[in-house]
Amino acid sequence: MFDVSIANTLQFDPVSCNGCGMCLAVCPHGVFARNGRTVQLVRPEACMECGACQVNCSEGAIRVESGVGCAAAMFRAALLRQSTPSCG
Amino acid sequence: MTLNLEGNSPSQQPAVRTTSSRLTAADHRDHWLARWGVNRGGHRIEPGLYALGRPDPAAPVLVTANYTLSFDALRSALTERDAYILVLDTQGVNVWCAAGEGTFGTDELVHRVEAVGLRDIVNHRTLILPQLGAPGVAAHEVKQRTGFRVEYGPVRAADLPEYLKTHHATPEMRRVRFDLTDRLVVIPVDIVGGLLPLAIAMAVAYLLGGWLSLIAAATAILAGIVLFPILLPWIPTHDFSTKGFIVGFLVALPFALLVFQHNADLTWWLRTAKALTQLLIWPAVTAFVALNFTGSTTFTSRTGVRREIFTYAPIMAGMFGAGLVLTLAGAVIKLWGGA
Ligand code: SF4
Ligand code: SF4
Repeated sequence: MFDVSIANTLQFDPVSCNGCGMCLAVCPHGVFARNGRTVQLVRPEACMECGACQVNCSEGAIRVESGVGCAAAMFRAALLRQSTPSCG
Repeated sequence: MTLNLEGNSPSQQPAVRTTSSRLTAADHRDHWLARWGVNRGGHRIEPGLYALGRPDPAAPVLVTANYTLSFDALRSALTERDAYILVLDTQGVNVWCAAGEGTFGTDELVHRVEAVGLRDIVNHRTLILPQLGAPGVAAHEVKQRTGFRVEYGPVRAADLPEYLKTHHATPEMRRVRFDLTDRLVVIPVDIVGGLLPLAIAMAVAYLLGGWLSLIAAATAILAGIVLFPILLPWIPTHDFSTKGFIVGFLVALPFALLVFQHNADLTWWLRTAKALTQLLIWPAVTAFVALNFTGSTTFTSRTGVRREIFTYAPIMAGMFGAGLVLTLAGAVIKLWGGA
């Protein structure tokens, strides 16, 4: 009940991963770690859906629905009938 | 058109501007105004290439946004260094937010590299970007389109000198933190943004419940804007809303006790009901303000925040509504029966 906000859409497919390590460099929450010749998810619950890993993975091994995790933006989008919430 | 003896028209080779790592009093004044949300979007510098110190063709190229706070954090971290700074046009928005919106992005980076003629200025093919710009930039695409390899530097500009020695970022440099200072600097802009709702809430509270309600309203809102960010890591529970309920309940408690004491002439159940309204209305308000703080952090996912809204917004509305109904009912009973 007190942690409904720990939820995200991150998905990783180890089969397409070439181990380039880009996701390790861009993730600000230490979600990935090296695992032999590929990588693995070590803190998936910490993902805040910024999308940096997906955008920088040349192999398309990562999927995440990125967007701003901001309640104010979502209220604003609902009020103004915008389709995608954005900052300020 | 003016004749150019070297066969280069000025528009093909824009001048490289110069900058220094020293911040002036005017820079500090600008930062202060930006922090208070004065002239939002107006804290910009000209996009393009800047020379810091006396860079030679082998000097590193660091990329940033054309928001003064981003640019100044970068250059002031590079004392006694020679480097090129490539400033992207993000319309005066910081790297992180601009990356999320795509203005600090692949297309703008590729365009800027071409526009300044970077290939002819440096003899290497590496661009160092701030890690927090990564959501907007596909490194492999930049490489394909420009030949430049994108290297993601540390999250904080302060770690750059260390990073530039080895071109390796420690896991510590790669993580976002949300230290007390980080949390304190976002408070002013939220205060400015909250002034109008604050004034309205105080006026309505005064009309419905007098001075005590006015002060309670101001306390509830300011608790959400100021106290909540400061206390954030120490409040138990994970969700921002439940954290907000806790803070809101604690600051509303004194008001509930005061109301209970001040109405000694009423029957006990009316007294209790009046005191209870304070614990229904104000924690809901504080929790709502707290939920809106999710946008100032780099920890909440969109999916998570959406779930928070669906879970807690009805509870907030319910508490607030119940408190109002109770207040009105109390007023009616008082008028009617003088109980
Ligand atoms: S960026 Fe993609 S290919 Fe590279 S290590 Fe990460 S998941 Fe694997
Ligand atoms: S979306 Fe962002 S936070 Fe989530 S795993 Fe990817 S880089 Fe990390």
